Amino acid sequence: MKIDPQQVEDAARELYIRAVKLLPPDIKQGFAGLVKRETDATAQGVLGTMLVNIQVAEDTDNLLCQDTGIPIYNVRIGRNVELDGFAMKQAIRKGCERATREHPLRSSVVHPVTRKNEHSSCGRHVPVIHIDFCSDEELLEIEMIPKGSGSENNSFLKMAIPADGVDAIKTFVIDCVLEAGGKTCPPTIVGVGVGGTADLCVHLSKVAATRALGSRCSDREGAKLEEALTEAGNMLGVGPQGLGGDSTAFAVHVETAATHITMNPVAVNMQCHSARRARATFRPAGLEYGY
Amino acid sequence: MAHYDLHMPVFEEQVRALRINDTVTLHGTLYGIRDATQIHMFDRGRKPRFDLKGHAVIHTAPNVRKVDKSAEFPAGYAPVCIGTTTSDRMERFTRPLMKQYGVRFIIGKGGMREGSAQSFADIGGAYLAVIGGTAALETTWIEAIEDVDMDDLKPESLWKFRLKGFCPLLVAMDSHGGSLYTAVKANSQARRAQALASLGVAVK
Ligand code: SF4
Repeated sequence: MKIDPQQVEDAARELYIRAVKLLPPDIKQGFAGLVKRETDATAQGVLGTMLVNIQVAEDTDNLLCQDTGIPIYNVRIGRNVELDGFAMKQAIRKGCERATREHPLRSSVVHPVTRKNEHSSCGRHVPVIHIDFCSDEELLEIEMIPKGSGSENNSFLKMAIPADGVDAIKTFVIDCVLEAGGKTCPPTIVGVGVGGTADLCVHLSKVAATRALGSRCSDREGAKLEEALTEAGNMLGVGPQGLGGDSTAFAVHVETAATHITMNPVAVNMQCHSARRARATFRPAGLEYGY
Repeated sequence: MAHYDLHMPVFEEQVRALRINDTVTLHGTLYGIRDATQIHMFDRGRKPRFDLKGHAVIHTAPNVRKVDKSAEFPAGYAPVCIGTTTSDRMERFTRPLMKQYGVRFIIGKGGMREGSAQSFADIGGAYLAVIGGTAALETTWIEAIEDVDMDDLKPESLWKFRLKGFCPLLVAMDSHGGSLYTAVKANSQARRAQALASLGVAVK
């Protein structure tokens, strides 16, 4: 399968716009689950407003949230795909910029020192582009995530020590949820990275936070932690928007990696209730958009 | 829990009447303000052209589309999507906003800290919570972008919005020291031990 950079550029543009407008079905289901269980009246009101907002965004073809986020593109390339990797990266950048100028979308991206906004949603190393390979024969997948700052500003890393064991990991996650309070726009998906190096650990926490609801960690130990932490996190009573209630998190997701004998790193990254995500899948039969 | 319809600007007595858990609908004018706007106002001495006395400011940086000026778009901007950002980052500006500019309401998400609570009590102000991440809905409450100042900071300009009725806002911090956030925080801290026990962690 041969991929033309122009197709990638068009998809990168389309993906950004789709992502900020259409909430994935698994997140909508997540809302339905929370509404069923929520016992607090204020929290029910807040969840109700969030649901109305999702509907208004669809009906008026508008953005779910004003924060267009930092654009992230995750690319997966199959084994029998012919493309110019360098051109593809440039095409993603171009598509991201076109979405911003042509729709238009608010550019939320500035230089970290001068704070200058190029009004393109692009800058040094932004959009963030991750490239990975998979065993499928003829497949190219591009996932787009506009990562909001309210949740991203509540990111945490702790280089715990082996002597503190898994208890250190659990305690850290609970304390991060408490610390974040309403600032992350709960209900959230709490992403937890366990193990690896410091940077891998943080990366895993982002992978976990942006994974579809209902998916589980492929490491059994990670999956066990997910379940226990989801239940414990929702005992805290932070509630939607930090105004109290049972619905603090849709779920806690965990991703693990092997680590060093002397290390016990844990990272937390959160995804807000506007858990936006869009996906473009290229196959020989054509291009398909989804979540 | 009472509901109030307020036509902006307001006087101190109207703000003092509000208690946490009351709801409010604002009519008339609302100003949009953000990190950069306030950094320029208070750290770099820029004076905005608008009179903010008795008004409400919302922590926002909207998505807008540049259009020709007309009766419908007096500032040359059409609102695309207008929502709210996390207020906590702008904590240190509450007092100067109220003292120097006479601002009465701050609207945002996630709440503010002790310093803001003190300013609301001392000067007569309140924090009104909007549900973060519900911007599509909030946009339907805005009639027009009436004017804009400090536009070199776009999207963090100082925006003047004309409202259709901006609601429902929850009084989350009042002028009597009441704060929903403090109450929830104390409650969730108290539940920490229970959550950790469910994970089999002994609390030290
Ligand atoms: S944290 Fe999420 S929902 Fe809240 S304002 Fe930011 S992007 Fe929107």
